[in-house]
Amino acid sequence: MADLRTNFAGIKSPNPFWLASGPPTDKAYNVERAFEAGWGGVVWKTVGEQVVNVSSRYGANAYNGTRVAGFTNIELISDRPVEVNLEEIRAVKKRWPDRAVVVSLMVPCEETAWKNILPAVEDTGCDGIELNFGCPHGMSERGMGAAVGQVPEYVTMVTEWAKAYSDMPVIVKLTPNVNDVLYPARAAVDGKTDAVSLINTVASVIGVDLDTMSPLPEVNGKGSHGGYCGPAVKPIALRMIGDIAREFGSGLPISGIGGIATWRDAAEHIAMGSGTVQVCTAAMHQGFKIVEDMADGLSNWMDSKGYRTIDDFRGQAIENYVRWENLDMNYEIVARIDQDACIKCGLCHIACEDTAHQAITARSNGERRYEVVDKECVGCNLCMLVCPVENCITMERVDNGKPYVSWIDDPRNPANQQAAE
Amino acid sequence: MVKLRFAQRDPMAEQSDIAAGRLDKAAYEQGFSSDAKVPLDQRRALIEASRCYFCYDAPCVEACPTSIDIPSFIRKISTHNIRGAALDILEPNIFGGACARVCPVEELCEEACVRDAQETKPVAIGLLQRFATDRFFETGEQPFTRAAPSGKRIAVVGAGPAGLSCAHRLARLGHEVVVYDARDKAGGLNEYGIAAYKVVGDFAQKEVDFILAIGGITLETGKALGKDLSLDDLRRDFDAVFLAMGQAGVRAVGAGGEDLTGVEPAVDFIARLRQAPDLAALPVGRRIVVIGGGNTAIDAAIQSKRLGAEDVTLVYRRGPDEMGATDHEQEFAQTEGVKIKHWAKPVRFVGDNGVLSGVEFEYTQLAGGKLEGTGDTFVVPADMALTAVGQVLVEDPVKDGAKETLNISGGRIVIGEQGHTSLKGVYAGGDCVEGNDLTVQAVEDGKVTARAIDDDLRG
Ligand SMILES: Cc1cc2nc3c(=O)[nH]c(=O)nc-3n(C[C@H](O)[C@H](O)[C@H](O)COP(=O)(O)OP(=O)(O)OC[C@H]3O[C@@H](n4cnc5c(N)ncnc54)[C@H](O)[C@@H]3O)c2cc1C
Ligand SMILES: Cc1cc2nc3c(=O)[nH]c(=O)nc-3n(C[C@H](O)[C@H](O)[C@H](O)COP(=O)(O)O)c2cc1C
Ligand code: SF4
Ligand code: SF4
Ligand code: SF4
Repeated sequence: MADLRTNFAGIKSPNPFWLASGPPTDKAYNVERAFEAGWGGVVWKTVGEQVVNVSSRYGANAYNGTRVAGFTNIELISDRPVEVNLEEIRAVKKRWPDRAVVVSLMVPCEETAWKNILPAVEDTGCDGIELNFGCPHGMSERGMGAAVGQVPEYVTMVTEWAKAYSDMPVIVKLTPNVNDVLYPARAAVDGKTDAVSLINTVASVIGVDLDTMSPLPEVNGKGSHGGYCGPAVKPIALRMIGDIAREFGSGLPISGIGGIATWRDAAEHIAMGSGTVQVCTAAMHQGFKIVEDMADGLSNWMDSKGYRTIDDFRGQAIENYVRWENLDMNYEIVARIDQDACIKCGLCHIACEDTAHQAITARSNGERRYEVVDKECVGCNLCMLVCPVENCITMERVDNGKPYVSWIDDPRNPANQQAAE
Repeated sequence: MVKLRFAQRDPMAEQSDIAAGRLDKAAYEQGFSSDAKVPLDQRRALIEASRCYFCYDAPCVEACPTSIDIPSFIRKISTHNIRGAALDILEPNIFGGACARVCPVEELCEEACVRDAQETKPVAIGLLQRFATDRFFETGEQPFTRAAPSGKRIAVVGAGPAGLSCAHRLARLGHEVVVYDARDKAGGLNEYGIAAYKVVGDFAQKEVDFILAIGGITLETGKALGKDLSLDDLRRDFDAVFLAMGQAGVRAVGAGGEDLTGVEPAVDFIARLRQAPDLAALPVGRRIVVIGGGNTAIDAAIQSKRLGAEDVTLVYRRGPDEMGATDHEQEFAQTEGVKIKHWAKPVRFVGDNGVLSGVEFEYTQLAGGKLEGTGDTFVVPADMALTAVGQVLVEDPVKDGAKETLNISGGRIVIGEQGHTSLKGVYAGGDCVEGNDLTVQAVEDGKVTARAIDDDLRG
């Protein structure tokens, strides 16, 4: 049996599955239910300045029958008084000593504000704090959340205050709403953070009601932009996590967040360098019980691969996560169609014909027949991706006998041609 | 095209036509060796799994007698966690593989599925359960382990679903178990009764092997209670006894001529069929009459038709709604070409020289809620009549010569909530106690009783 225990920047939990700061972690009631269900830890819903939340708050991107392919919210931080939250945190941590209880914080960008709140938080006995530099709506307009996370100097400054006024492990939660996440990540490291977590939600408008002409979610006929999350954002998260893991290696613990709903999503986050993972939308969609398959599935998979601990495969994908210029320019694949599996829908043909390389036939001797014209196929994957039959189209390696060559060394690179001249 | 072969008939002599080899080889294959419900492949399993809503406090789970966590195992299929899915099934129901094949899901889990209410198309829970267990069994893994030895020994009488479910749970809990069965093979009706097209190949024996592989269970076949063993002996030699003998007797139709050649209890015919090494060598009548309205009647009718019988008529004394067989099974029989006749009861088996030639029936009707004959009769010509008007508990083995008598009422051993009988240290479950006579219920009875035995023995 695989050992799922984690030690993340000194914060221990029985498994790497934490609930991300959000509605699932807003109260002792929810958090205790989560622990009963088996979650290894929580990041408490962001505590800070008193706010008021609106109704409605959420929107979902339903796509082709999937009710929540993506999710958005225009909710602010916890709307309950700080003292109430802190008392509950103290009680919960006492009752669940083996679980990770991290407190998310967001107060104005002033030293006194941090100096005041940190000792009170530390006094609860919680395991660490997460600095919410990510919220892209509402709070950012008040100079907090993403407004801090987007300015590296502020990130460093606030991180330094957090380290100065408490001894708890500090996790800086990064916003994806930046050009290059490495800037705020470096800033957090400069401020001596113990770890980073990412991603927070992506600034977005989830849709427009075409009758009322209000952006969604709608609050009495009006909408404002919100934060996007759920399955749709996993790719964005994986990329940013990968960038940070590649730069900092295991020197900077990363708590991966974004679109995690199954153990497979979690395993991918961990392979890209995450030490723990955090979940929000998937729990909001189907309840806390989803953690059972996460733990059981991850453990079974680890056993099947011979990984004993999370660390055994953490970051394993990073050495293969390279810059484009280092990819093998001589690698060649072509599409193969399994004629027995093909249901003759023609989607591969029209995708290739209209939008790619005219490499798939539509008919042969008057019959519907979809065949790859090898010499036209550039190995782009498009047909495989659109084919509705799994494993019907596969991509096959062409043995061209050519060795690995990067773009940097490729003679076709104009820079090399100039050099040769 | 299937070619039917009927005996060369002498038009002068009305002789009984019971013959083997009526069909091409391929037709036997088609009829008995291919699954009635086509199993899902990986792709279809994933599509089907994606239809499950992962309901909270799911109604499908409530409808499963063994309370399998259906949303959980289906989610695990979606995430490719097949081991986890299979264990979600096998932990509460060690016969999860058989149940996936034989459960009348249309009146259990699938009837309760919210998608049935939403769009009259429930999630195919049975097929998904089969997918998960089949894939898992392919790995050959033995996932269950035994607790530290308790030093206690328990005798189980009957190696059917109830007996083996109990034995397996007891073995897991650290006890030693000896399972006795009168028959040559273990499995009970999974091996001798369930329709061949529901459990094709040697699945039933493979499942028994899987269950026994946990260790701590000694199987003694060919040992009958009442003949080779007595209840008193078992009570003396073991710490507890679990009775799971099913219903080994059949109810007589109670019409004249039942002893004619060609009249046979349907369960005997099915048992013979299930054990036949070569179905082409199994004789079957040209014209069959099946009497009864339960699943046994339906199964006998369909299987005789698939053996090549030309006309199969199932006669039931009441209407379609009162039949024990589900609507689904009645429809299945009809699409197989079985003629179902309602509202008629057998009066007499008609014969020539001791050989069956037909069955005489009287029409019935309800009068003031009571079933009565109308006085009008008709004869259905038949070479074979299969009777399926109910199985019964054979009481002698548990009664004869026993110091204390076991409380039996209405032909069933009387039990309390957790399988306790009127005798100390004696428990019972499955078809020999009152219940719905389903495989899955027998499995649940065995499991619940094993826990009770464990509790009682550990005091
Ligand atoms: C024809 C037929 C078709 C069926 N189809 C279905 C179906 O499709 N789906 C479904 O859910 N259920 C079906 N059932 C019902 C199901 O098979 C039973 O409910 C289930 O097998 C009961 O399990 P059990 O362990 O109590 O008894 P059994 O399976 O009957 O096992 C009892 C065992 O005890 C042994 N035994 C009996 N007397 C003695 C003795 N004196 N000493 C030692 N051993 C003894 C027998 O040999 C047998 O092995 C069907 C039943 C029949 C008859
Ligand atoms: C309704 C809602 C409220 C959230 N509130 C907070 C918050 O208070 N603090 C915070 O740091 N992140 C908050 N988040 C962001 C989540 O913690 C998480 O970073 C994001 O949703 C991505 O993860 P997911 O794809 O699993 O949902 C919230 C997300 C949602 C959906
Ligand atoms: S989820 Fe609960 S709080 Fe939200 S709208 Fe529905 S009933 Fe109201
Ligand atoms: S998309 Fe797939 S199934 Fe459709 S025609 Fe092409 S190969 Fe066949
Ligand atoms: S009721 Fe249907 S949809 Fe709901 S959990 Fe059960 S199988 Fe899934």
